[in-house]
Amino acid sequence: MKRGTSLQTPEWPVSLLKPQKPGQRVRKASGWRLFLKTVLARAYPRIIGQQREKSWMFFDVFLPLLSVAAYVYIYRAIKAPAEYVGFVVIGGAMTAFWLNVLWSMSSQLYWEKEQGNLALYIIAPNSMMAILLGMALGGLVATTLRALVITVIGSWLFQVPYAISSFIQLFLVFTLALVALYGMGMMSASFFLLLSREAWHWANLAQEPIYLLSGFYFPIKSFSFWIAAGASIIPLTLGLDAMRQLIFPSGAALGFLSVEVEIGALLLMSVLFLLGARALLAYMEKLAIQEGRLTESRR
Amino acid sequence: MTMATSEPLRTAEPKLLRSFRLAAWLGWQIESNWADPFLFAVYSIIKPLSSAAILVVMYSIITQADFQAPIFAYIYLGNAFYIYVGQVMTGISWAVIDDREHYKTLKYVYLAPIDYPAYLLGRGVARFLIGSFSVGITILFGVLFLNLRIDLAEVNWPLFLFSLLVGVFMLAMMGLLLAGVLLLLAHHMWGLGEAVAGALYLFTGAIFPLEVLPSFLRPVGYILPVTYWLELVRRSLVGQVAQAFPTLAGYTNLQLVGILLALTAVMSVLAVVVFRWCEGRARERGLIDVVTNY
Repeated sequence: MKRGTSLQTPEWPVSLLKPQKPGQRVRKASGWRLFLKTVLARAYPRIIGQQREKSWMFFDVFLPLLSVAAYVYIYRAIKAPAEYVGFVVIGGAMTAFWLNVLWSMSSQLYWEKEQGNLALYIIAPNSMMAILLGMALGGLVATTLRALVITVIGSWLFQVPYAISSFIQLFLVFTLALVALYGMGMMSASFFLLLSREAWHWANLAQEPIYLLSGFYFPIKSFSFWIAAGASIIPLTLGLDAMRQLIFPSGAALGFLSVEVEIGALLLMSVLFLLGARALLAYMEKLAIQEGRLTESRR
Repeated sequence: MTMATSEPLRTAEPKLLRSFRLAAWLGWQIESNWADPFLFAVYSIIKPLSSAAILVVMYSIITQADFQAPIFAYIYLGNAFYIYVGQVMTGISWAVIDDREHYKTLKYVYLAPIDYPAYLLGRGVARFLIGSFSVGITILFGVLFLNLRIDLAEVNWPLFLFSLLVGVFMLAMMGLLLAGVLLLLAHHMWGLGEAVAGALYLFTGAIFPLEVLPSFLRPVGYILPVTYWLELVRRSLVGQVAQAFPTLAGYTNLQLVGILLALTAVMSVLAVVVFRWCEGRARERGLIDVVTNY
């Protein structure tokens, strides 16, 4: 690679991190190139941070596994069919994504405000949307690894039987559910821009109720149609339902809607939430600046 | 002026009690004044009810809503009283993180003329009150809507109140122990309380009889005081239901009280010793005012 071209070629992460020599002319990125670099730069610490602090991996995997085990043993205590154990394992693995969206996406701008970084994000000549996308991308990669480990260990510990009916549909459902979920996280991040010390409580409140409504540990079909339909606004509800239909022998019989309909709904949500995130972020940022909330710190 | 400021310190209640009382007040302000009372009440209700509802839905799917079965009362009451574990134990230890990392006031707390362990226990009072409210609401919901049968006339009130008192004290001691450990930790401080609470949820038979666990894991439950505390609480509220499960059926109430008291005493001594040691190490290593920004 020629000197001076490293910042032009998006060979992440090397090109992003290669230090400039004194006196070397830095070519300023702009437009989509700046956007992309911002995305990658914000994703970088999330992915690398995970590798540097391996002990976090233990806690991030160990804690969900404890919950998974507890719910598995409840099902065993009441003599539930074996596939319900599988429902719990998959649901438990997917909690990692919800927790990531909740604590590292939605409330992230609040934490950044507390640390004093938010003002720097706003001052820097980059797009806030790119910063949020970077957070989402980094969180997604790191969390997928955790979820995978939870699934593998949980499946091995509790001998979960799988019967995947369509790998393509499964991949599509998983991808769309996560795109829609992180899009929702980006939308809610803009709300958290306006919050102060109550942010922690709101994020905390969005755990158990969402586990309940989204059917993390049981089929959502158990609810009445309208409750299940209402809960479907959270992408993981339909994502989990479709995944269970695709990977468990009796999953289809316990599905809320057909997999095709759920894929369509997830696709629609992905588009809507990403567009909504863009519009909301612009509006909320403007509002937060007007109301002077970007640098406030009410602990 | 000097007289006015020194007078309260000379004549006021003992340092231990004063630290506890003021910390309790401070804890209540921190926990509750982020929202108006109505919103705070809603918040305090939704979380525990949602947690209970997950179990109720799981149970009703498999058993076709057979809420009369003894296992339902076992699961429901165990889950309800387990709220205290999260609130009291984790709450007390969380005060270390809150003061050190969030408010950055731990060093000032140390500079103040207070007894730090009493201060930490006081900070747990607010969590205890919120927890009591959540436990009450959860049980009331079960009685009103899920046919949870608690006959107030048949409740063994002395046993219930005694067990509750000892149990909360025991949880507070566990919280103190955890707080000591957290004084030394930087990297894992966020996850430690949850890890311990999660492990207790799994190993103490809170939501399923210990027989369901693999046999090699059951001894873990037998050495934890929370196991005996939850059993006593269940027996005092719904005696015949709790005794339907073989886990501790061979023990009389008196024997269980004895075991709980003995384990609580051991836990208390352990908590004080560990806390003092950890506190000393933290001061030696300059960790009292460490801010990791994690």
